[in-house]
Amino acid sequence: MPDLGTHASFIIAAYAVTFVAVGALVIATLEDDRKQRRKIAELERLGIRRRSAKAPASPTVKSRSKPKAATTPAKRKTASRPGKTRL
Amino acid sequence: MTPMISLANPTRFLSLVDRVVPWLSVVVVITLGIGLYLSLFVAPPDYQQGETVKIMFVHVPSAWLGMLGYTLIAVAALGTLIWRHPLADVAAKTAAPIGATFTFIALVTGSLWGKPMWGTYWVWDARLTSMLILFLLYLGLIALWQAIDEPGRAGRAAAILGLVGAINIPIIKFSVDWWNTLHQPESIFRAGGPTIDPSLLIPLFVMAGGFTALFVLLHLIAMRAEILRRRVHALQRTQVEHAALAEA
Repeated sequence: MPDLGTHASFIIAAYAVTFVAVGALVIATLEDDRKQRRKIAELERLGIRRRSAKAPASPTVKSRSKPKAATTPAKRKTASRPGKTRL
Repeated sequence: MTPMISLANPTRFLSLVDRVVPWLSVVVVITLGIGLYLSLFVAPPDYQQGETVKIMFVHVPSAWLGMLGYTLIAVAALGTLIWRHPLADVAAKTAAPIGATFTFIALVTGSLWGKPMWGTYWVWDARLTSMLILFLLYLGLIALWQAIDEPGRAGRAAAILGLVGAINIPIIKFSVDWWNTLHQPESIFRAGGPTIDPSLLIPLFVMAGGFTALFVLLHLIAMRAEILRRRVHALQRTQVEHAALAEA
């Protein structure tokens, strides 16, 4: 540990506050991220998924017919415009 | 503008975040590790302030990021109100707690630096007061988002507050030039170049780089969590609607 001189307590306190505040922020951010991922996974496990999400691949159903396009080119163009995309 | 438009797609944005986060985490750990080593073990004491100058290495980057966070909120507010970018209010909402934390650190470490140097923890001068107002603006924005349930309405209301509060950023920056303050004048980003010796300036820039990388990393993760939260709400709503239809 370096010699911090006569004002060591102020320097240590400043670094301690920084570590605690940043540490709390990191933990809270990571925990929230983990919580939302868990919730999404739980809903998907129950079969509830977004309309745009890919359905799970079924190994028993193999169709030779060409898959129907999900959207027309005009609709795709609209979907990529800012303000029109849903979260 | 094209990359911004392509990132307007939240799914594409989430995939980018998943790719960037591991690499950025490594950058944060390495940069902050080197920065702390230089700050605590290599940087010499200042000829006037002695070892208390070490507080500068956490105080100054925190103050910069407090202001950067609010600037980001103001730009995102334009994105919400003018371009209606779907990620703009997500970016603004998630930047607020991060910016508030760094502003809080700047206020507390500044206070702890002020006591041995000025003889007081606090004085109501222009720089300190405008930083306190910045912190209160962050708290106001966080409270506003908590108060309105519908994200679209909350985003627009917060965007207006965010834009109005942005006037405080140049006031913080130029407060030491416009008024007589106890706080020292601008000594890094000034017309005549920095007045700080390179032996102190290099650790400061490394720490600022590490703090900025940490801000970006936490912001990306928080944005990902917010997008997922909105998807969870939408899916839960769909689930309730389906259950109601089935009952009918």
